[in-house]
Amino acid sequence: MLSRVADSLYWMSRYLERAENTVRQLDVTMGLMLDTGANVESRWERMVAALGKPATMEWNGSQEQMARKLVFDQVDPASVTYSVNAARENARQVREEISSEQWQRLNRLFHQIHSPHAQAQFSSSVSDMLASIIDGIYLFKGTTDTTMIHGQGWHFIRLGRYLERAYATATLLEVYQPDLFQQTAQERAGHMHLELVGLLRCCTSFEAYCQVYTADLSPDRILEFLLLNRDFPHALRYCVDGARQAIDGIQHTGGRRAPDELIASMGKLHAMLVYTSINEILAGDAAAFLHHIREQCLRIHELVYRYYVHYSIQSALAV
Amino acid sequence: MGRKRADAAHPLYLEQVSDGVLNPGEESAQIPMNAGHPVEMEPLYGDYPLDQAFDEMREPSGEVRAQYKALAETLASLPAQELQQRKQSMDLAFLTQGITFTVYGRDEGTERIFPYDLLPRLVTAQEWDRIERGLTQRITALNLFLRDVYFDAKILNDHVIPRDLVYSCKHFRRQMRGLQVPRNVYIAVVGSDLLRLNNGEFVVLEDNLRVPSGVSYMLTNRRVMKRTFPKLFASYGVRPIEQYPQLLLATLRSLAPEGRPEPNIVLLTPGVFNSAYFEHTYLARQMGIDLVEGRDLVTHDNIVYMRTTDGLKRVDVIYRRVDDDFSDPLIFRSDSSLGCAGLFNAYRAGNVTVSNAFGTGLADDKAVYAYVPKMIKYYLGEDPILENVETYLLSEEKDRKHVLANLDKLVVKAVGESGGYGMLIGPHSTAQKREEFARQIEANPRNYIAQPTLDFSRAPCLVGDRLEPRHVDLRPYILFGDKVNIVPGGLTRVALEKGSLVVNSSQGGGSKDTWVLE
Repeated sequence: MLSRVADSLYWMSRYLERAENTVRQLDVTMGLMLDTGANVESRWERMVAALGKPATMEWNGSQEQMARKLVFDQVDPASVTYSVNAARENARQVREEISSEQWQRLNRLFHQIHSPHAQAQFSSSVSDMLASIIDGIYLFKGTTDTTMIHGQGWHFIRLGRYLERAYATATLLEVYQPDLFQQTAQERAGHMHLELVGLLRCCTSFEAYCQVYTADLSPDRILEFLLLNRDFPHALRYCVDGARQAIDGIQHTGGRRAPDELIASMGKLHAMLVYTSINEILAGDAAAFLHHIREQCLRIHELVYRYYVHYSIQSALAV
Repeated sequence: MGRKRADAAHPLYLEQVSDGVLNPGEESAQIPMNAGHPVEMEPLYGDYPLDQAFDEMREPSGEVRAQYKALAETLASLPAQELQQRKQSMDLAFLTQGITFTVYGRDEGTERIFPYDLLPRLVTAQEWDRIERGLTQRITALNLFLRDVYFDAKILNDHVIPRDLVYSCKHFRRQMRGLQVPRNVYIAVVGSDLLRLNNGEFVVLEDNLRVPSGVSYMLTNRRVMKRTFPKLFASYGVRPIEQYPQLLLATLRSLAPEGRPEPNIVLLTPGVFNSAYFEHTYLARQMGIDLVEGRDLVTHDNIVYMRTTDGLKRVDVIYRRVDDDFSDPLIFRSDSSLGCAGLFNAYRAGNVTVSNAFGTGLADDKAVYAYVPKMIKYYLGEDPILENVETYLLSEEKDRKHVLANLDKLVVKAVGESGGYGMLIGPHSTAQKREEFARQIEANPRNYIAQPTLDFSRAPCLVGDRLEPRHVDLRPYILFGDKVNIVPGGLTRVALEKGSLVVNSSQGGGSKDTWVLE
């Protein structure tokens, strides 16, 4: 597979995952802002921090204006529209590699978010509008899994999806983590329940959590679930396993053998999430743990680039 | 290519560095018919004018031509809204499938649907036979001409074509002198433009020998038409064209360098901002070959490689959709990043085939065009089967005087341009525009030719809820590998504006499916 094509598929997937994450966090945050006593500004700032602190998204006092910007801004890299545009632009550059169904699905999502109807719907019902974007993304993922050959390109799509998601989840937990554990008991009592549900819903994991732990919400269990659960697709461990499988898949479908460095990095990350218990994490420096996971994700991204996309000609000719 | 954003405050916004700008998307009157008309379809026709221009569907008397009778009856039998509905569902299909082209000169990278007319253009077996023989003859002669000019230049020594006309051509490539190309095939992929004059005869307007486009529209039009008019299509006995991608692949394979039995064939595109990008992806997918950009290619020791996730992979045949000028910054324009440095040397070394060859634009220079009938006579000893359009060379003083005096009646074209750019249509121009062209002609006469404003044929199109005639041309697609191969059909381009003579997609033209009948 051409390196450029792998690159486009990988980024197409990352951008869509990013759009999905942004939409979901916005939806949850706007829900939390409705409650009495909620400090609207601090809610917004926490969400922005979880999205990576884009400076352009600093609170300006108008919730409506900020939310609209986060969804529709054409040029701000933090916006949902920007991510959808970028995903489509990547897809457009590899039209011959993805199925027509995938392209049509993504194209429809693109036209949907650019239509005047989307703006109108945003005014009348933000939630419905956000839900329809997420639906579009889900449909694209389903179409991808059912109409695209599960070859190398598909593995690059999965790699992009899981790295992006792992990174986003780790960031989210890092941002929420002080609130969860460092507040006084009194502070917690009030709106804590809503906060915890919000955190879970940011990862679509409220129902899944309840299946495992019942509706008894506690910060350490939530952290355990979102970090270490093997079977839930938004849990970090699941994402890392997914990324590892994707690397294997790339190798088995004609890509070069993954270099030792990359295997080692993935292995370390995997080990961190498999062989550490939540008690050990909480006893130690949980923030540092989460930060380390994020750094590993970046490192893996760089190694993938160095070996599959941006390798030097000299090294390739020497083989 | 992706990289991490340096600013540590935004670690999540790991950004892909894009090579271009991201562009968000954009985008019955019932007049009685002439009395005595045999089929009941008056409401559709309205004021359908018939004059001296050849009408594809109707005789000058108003009678529907034999081959169009079945189509006319089908149209008459459909309820008025039915046609509209079919048209709308097709438009939607084109939009969601992203069958678009890019328009230059406005917002860079604007995507539009290629406008499309519902009614097929019909070509009878006899008409096609003549077209096929004529084009085969013409392409054969043009290819011999290229070989001759780049080797012995006999045709120049024999004074059949003026030497300075050839050497002053902006698409002449001295680097091609004495360079052996595989099988002596310079022009493997051609899309000639034909017009039909008032007498019903087809003439050649242009030979597009560089990177002709539009074949994907021919193929998608056909697919859509089969879905829209299945019964009518079946009843007509239309010759198939769907084999084109396979034939193209076979043509390219036949031109592979010696000793490469399993050649790696790729399509080289300038990238997503090219107007024909949709076509590039479409053809690559249909042929099952990789679509590469210049930045995917590297050369080492005169061998071309592409960068893959499994390391470098050798490239044997390049179906090139990038102009000469942009193909290799070491040889041609050094400011181009669309091509691949070192490509030409690898080509010269015979390690890679590039199709079409470099320097083929020489033979579709609009001034050289005037000499094609003489070439056919010179190389093949035959009379041309398809005629040329009368052409004035502005480098000839007598012609120039005549043209400058009659600018308001003539069409003036820049010799090295295509796609309807650099053109003056006298009768539809302003005095100011004509003056501007007159100045440019005086300054550089070799750069222009003039032709009479042609009254070429019109075919019925669905305009609103009625049929109206619009000017059409025909671009058949010719492949030349082992032998000349023409799929029966081509792209019928339509000047959608009433009375307009410009069919180029970049200038508001549309297209029709073309049915060559058994």
